[in-house]
Amino acid sequence: METKRITVVAAGLSEPSSTRMLADRLAEATEGALLEHEVAAEITVVELRTLAVDIASMMVTRVETAAVQEAIKQVVEADAIIAVTPTFTMSYSGLFKSFFDLVDKDALTGVPVLLGATGGTARHSMVLDTAMRPLFAYLKAAVIPTGVYAASEEWATSGLSNRVQRAGRELASVIRNLPRARATDPFDPEGADFETFDQLIGRS
Amino acid sequence: MSSMQFGIFSVSDITPDPTTGKAPTENERIRAWNAMAKKADEVGLDVFAIGEHHNPPFFSSSPTTTLAYIAAQTKNILLSTATTLITTNDPVKIAEDYAMLQHLSEGRMDLTLGRGNTGPVYPWFGYDIRDGIALAIEHYDLLRKLWTEDVVNWTGKHRTPLTGFTSTPRPLDGIPPFVWHGSIRSPQIAEQAAYYGDGFLHNNIFWNKEHTEQMVQLYRRRFAHYGHGEPEEAIVGLGGQVFMAETEQKAKDFFRPYFDNAPVYGGGASLEDFSELTPLTVGTPEMVIDRTLSFREWAGDYQRQMFLMDHAGLPLDVVLEQIEILGTEVVPVLRKEFDRMRAPGVPDAPTHAARVAASRADGSVESSAQPAARDDVDTGAAIAKQDGE
Repeated sequence: METKRITVVAAGLSEPSSTRMLADRLAEATEGALLEHEVAAEITVVELRTLAVDIASMMVTRVETAAVQEAIKQVVEADAIIAVTPTFTMSYSGLFKSFFDLVDKDALTGVPVLLGATGGTARHSMVLDTAMRPLFAYLKAAVIPTGVYAASEEWATSGLSNRVQRAGRELASVIRNLPRARATDPFDPEGADFETFDQLIGRS
Repeated sequence: MSSMQFGIFSVSDITPDPTTGKAPTENERIRAWNAMAKKADEVGLDVFAIGEHHNPPFFSSSPTTTLAYIAAQTKNILLSTATTLITTNDPVKIAEDYAMLQHLSEGRMDLTLGRGNTGPVYPWFGYDIRDGIALAIEHYDLLRKLWTEDVVNWTGKHRTPLTGFTSTPRPLDGIPPFVWHGSIRSPQIAEQAAYYGDGFLHNNIFWNKEHTEQMVQLYRRRFAHYGHGEPEEAIVGLGGQVFMAETEQKAKDFFRPYFDNAPVYGGGASLEDFSELTPLTVGTPEMVIDRTLSFREWAGDYQRQMFLMDHAGLPLDVVLEQIEILGTEVVPVLRKEFDRMRAPGVPDAPTHAARVAASRADGSVESSAQPAARDDVDTGAAIAKQDGE
């Protein structure tokens, strides 16, 4: 069976967090939808909470710790990303943004991304489209149409489950039908992205 | 001359001493560089290199003026840059200034080209940061021509064309200054250094060894690809950062406030974490020796090792003492040990005298080294000649 790598980025701060719960449900729904088509999912969860100090340190020193390096690697090498943040002050959390600030701006080009957000009330649900979607548009990621916002009161409703299932099916469909075009290693002279001197000087 | 060169490099920051709150004046810091270079020369270090910046808190905007002054006050030490901005300087002015420095210092210089790390420098000098790589490639292409061809006709994208131009003075003994290309993360610059067979300097002071190894190995591989020799024959330089005392505890106690308040990395990772992730070594001279010797395990045998010693507000007397320890206790051991481990066939660090001797031996430069007489000393004749080509 073919296997696809899905990296879940969860920016929840409490333990357990509703953000992580939503992230897990989105991952489960995607995995289920892939399995229906005989595709396995290898799911890795990056909990930003555990990396908060390293991320802040890297912002000010540029020095990457092994843990941040591994998290970034999991994200940029994934076949798809599920990105979930709590809503803070009308937007994604600062920790969520800081993490994606450390990812090379071209590394997520064409990567299917499913967006999720949590918040106290449904009044903040526009965070998906006013904050998260522009961020991933800038990163040239392939964001799927359905994003899932979960307000506290919705955890008991079937509406949320339906949206989670639909989003999972959409992401699975994109992963199968429009797999990410992988960038090659810029340090590999045989790779398609390597720029030879002739190309650099414009004589080729 | 030994097979490896050891030296110090400085970014020229003016930073208050965090233990006293007092900042040196620009004049004090500029004078301090002269004292550091003289001390480094006295204790037998091989290289003194300075950065180029165009904004406070840095003062080093005019590297060749500084280095020429230092050249007049020192005997043996080779003077270099870390780095010279190939992007925003006019390559014609680089060719002229550094050739002049080469003559004044009797060949006791080389230079490291880089793109800088301050975005606004590009617009301040009329360029666009998005052209950084393209500028580095095109400007250096012209710089080489200006040093190797007596009469240059040139057209490019980023600079006004040249017709019948001769850069003066001509390189000393007909041998242009040796060029290192410095880059911390751009494979394009490793490729550029490899293409020309120039040196590649990775200033790894903020980087882990896995990353640095990847850059250095790419350069070595492409150096061989372009026919300059085996990968092991490529010319590699590395950075480093140390603070030393008789015991590790004493070194850490003294250095910690400077580390914690340092520009760029202060306020981030702890001294201990930073020391683990980067080449920073704060401890005894023996610890510095062991750490530095380990660099060859991932970089291969290399030619130049630079140390950062004078930043973050460290007082001059402390810096001079550090240079003394480096020159008298650390470098003699490093020379001996690196030489002992060095694989046969690895080239020595480049010097002007060795390069002159090598080119005379293969007949590529006349021993008189006088530039050929020109038949087109006026622009009109040059244009006519070019039109006839």
